[in-house]
Amino acid sequence: MSDAPLLEVRDLRTWFELRQWGFLRVGSVRAVDGVSFELARGEAVAFVGESGCGKSSLARTLLGLHRPSGGEVVFEGQDVAGLAGAALKRYRARVGYVQQDPYGALPPFMNVRRLLAEPLIVHGVMDRAERERRIRAVLEEVRLAPEEVLHKFPHMLSGGQQQRVVIARALILAPHLIIADEPVSMLDASVRVEILSLLRQIQRERELTLAFITHDLATVRHFAERLFVMYAGRIVEQAPVDELLDHPLHPYTQALLAAIADPDADNASRQREIPPGEPPSLVKPPAGCRFHPRCPHAIAGHCDRDEPPMLAPRPGHGVACWLHE
Amino acid sequence: MDVPPLLEVADLRLTYRTSRGPVRAVDGVGFDLRRGEAMVVLGESGCGKSSLAKALLRLLPRNAEGLGGQVRLAGEDVLALPEERFRAEVRWTRIALVMQAAMSALNPVVRVGEQVAEPLRVHRGWSRVQAMEQAARTFALVGVASDFLQRYPFELSGGMRQRVVLAMALVTEPEVVILDEPTSALDVLTQAGIMNVLKRIKAELGTSFILITHDVATSSELADRVALMYAGQFVEVADAADFFAHPAHPYARLLMASVPRLHQAERPVHIPGQPPSLLAPPAGCRFAARCPQRFARCDQDPEVFASGARHRVRCWLHADTVGCGEERTASRTLRPGGEGR
Ligand SMILES: Nc1ncnc2c1ncn2[C@@H]1O[C@H](COP(=O)(O)OP(=O)(O)OP(=O)(O)O)[C@@H](O)[C@H]1O
Ligand SMILES: Nc1ncnc2c1ncn2[C@@H]1O[C@H](COP(=O)(O)OP(=O)(O)O)[C@@H](O)[C@H]1O
Ligand code: SF4
Ligand code: SF4
Ligand SMILES: [Mg+2]
Ligand SMILES: [Mg+2]
Repeated sequence: MSDAPLLEVRDLRTWFELRQWGFLRVGSVRAVDGVSFELARGEAVAFVGESGCGKSSLARTLLGLHRPSGGEVVFEGQDVAGLAGAALKRYRARVGYVQQDPYGALPPFMNVRRLLAEPLIVHGVMDRAERERRIRAVLEEVRLAPEEVLHKFPHMLSGGQQQRVVIARALILAPHLIIADEPVSMLDASVRVEILSLLRQIQRERELTLAFITHDLATVRHFAERLFVMYAGRIVEQAPVDELLDHPLHPYTQALLAAIADPDADNASRQREIPPGEPPSLVKPPAGCRFHPRCPHAIAGHCDRDEPPMLAPRPGHGVACWLHE
Repeated sequence: MDVPPLLEVADLRLTYRTSRGPVRAVDGVGFDLRRGEAMVVLGESGCGKSSLAKALLRLLPRNAEGLGGQVRLAGEDVLALPEERFRAEVRWTRIALVMQAAMSALNPVVRVGEQVAEPLRVHRGWSRVQAMEQAARTFALVGVASDFLQRYPFELSGGMRQRVVLAMALVTEPEVVILDEPTSALDVLTQAGIMNVLKRIKAELGTSFILITHDVATSSELADRVALMYAGQFVEVADAADFFAHPAHPYARLLMASVPRLHQAERPVHIPGQPPSLLAPPAGCRFAARCPQRFARCDQDPEVFASGARHRVRCWLHADTVGCGEERTASRTLRPGGEGR
């Protein structure tokens, strides 16, 4: 196995055009705006950030569902933008997708057997017995009893079971990379840990790369090795997960961590410190550092003018903030 | 200790008729709530939390039957009131509900200010001007700028929409506000902002809250009291400080161990197994199949025991902890009061 990264993302941009009356261009939503990172083979990483900061758009661009407006996505040495036909199909088989909403992810009119057979048929597995063997194997891998679920339709399964089927479908073509977009946010708190543990275990056993997107900083330590914090379409901080949670450097990351409650009866008697205002418009993002209108440490005349580059004040720890120059 | 509770609920029951038999979604629930107090109802999906909220407001789907028990609001049993009087005097005006997923149910073609003012015009017969003035005051209370009154739901972020929905429930200045999963769909900062608003309203207006959620950490942001629900019943009701530090019911202990904490080295554990069907709940303790401390007696339906003032546990392990003779005859449901009687 080579040491080359599995995935290299350089200065990636995904902008959505805003049109009035269907044709007049009035601007763009810069959902992903200059994102760069590398993923090694066999590592598990997480992306965190507020709603609307561009996490799903990033995931969908990596999956080839959105065409990048700029920058590069290089997977196993190949530029993904140039792929077409059979090569694109092969790429899609190499990257599995666990989508945000399990309730919407599964077509209601297909039973589990049919659902899992579909990607195999599309990718040319024509032998019925072979398909059945692979379907049963993957169901067992996600801890579902094949006999119990094969004939069932999605509405007959609990949320946790549905999400296991979604994971099975993402695994069935033996991908090298799994992108999981908030795989548990729609599920009950009591089954979240179970599903995340399952994903992490499969990732280790199969030695695949797992990139998951989450709001939930409290669980991230247990399910990822590296962490990326996104704000308004950009990565603002990145580090190994323990380093980042124990020494957060970006004021936005610090705010996110301060907003998290551990269960404690004293919480009820104090107001939580949160940054004022809301995440900025991605159509006209603020000049300079995008967090400056909400940042308690903003340096006037600097932060509101100059965009901070990714700095490395501690080994392996990147932060885009002028305080760490 | 002589302050009578604002809300006293005893033996509340609600059943749904289905083709496969009756589903007992609320099965003998009891608790009391004081003025200015917030009680959190925790429990897994499907345990009956939303049904409890609907039962308290008598907002029942067509297949509901067997709504029974007592719901005393400031001493009066409002469950016994005829529907017209309940509608005129209680629902929305004295007890309000923010329904689960309410923020996606806002009317897309009506300005949010009008939607917030509507309950006053419908239930109180206020003029449009009066109602809009009160809506503006309520917007200020929940932290939404008054120019938002003129906006449509799609022009608002998720956090702002949730505040608008909250304003809709608060505009009539009800004594009890029930919130069903108000922040589950929101991210941490938005969630923290909403919880800050609720804390302020509770402190400033003395409103009582019932907050329904399955997120233990968020629940601690508001809770004075915690009720843990399992398979249609309350299995523990306690002061928040007691519950979070010393949960008594085996299910509560497992639940607290399953909560992820930011600075904890060990991975949280998950509770094995699944809750029983409410169609045919098992005889004996409903938690028995998942309980690590199960013993012979658990084949019988556990009684409710008092393990302290205002602390009730439905579990045989606590049969010995009863302090006084009166409470030894603990009823089969969690009854209100106790220490004052
Ligand atoms: N197809 C599209 N056309 C126009 N705008 C879009 C499109 N998809 C996403 N956006 C916009 O891009 C921004 C980022 O969206 P995205 O869904 O990627 O965020 P997110 O972090 O995943 O949010 P959430 O956690 O709420 O799902 C948002 O402002 C969104 O409205
Ligand atoms: N209208 C209905 N008809 C039949 N069963 C219902 C209905 N509404 C809820 N239930 C059932 O009642 C139980 C409790 O539901 P609910 O109160 O919505 O739970 P929660 O809010 O805790 O998720 C579940 O088993 C659910 O399937
Ligand atoms: S660059 Fe300036 S405004 Fe941005 S986070 Fe750092 S201190 Fe705050
Ligand atoms: S009554 Fe028995 S089975 Fe039920 S929670 Fe208590 S110990 Fe466990
Ligand atoms: Mg998303
Ligand atoms: Mg519910």
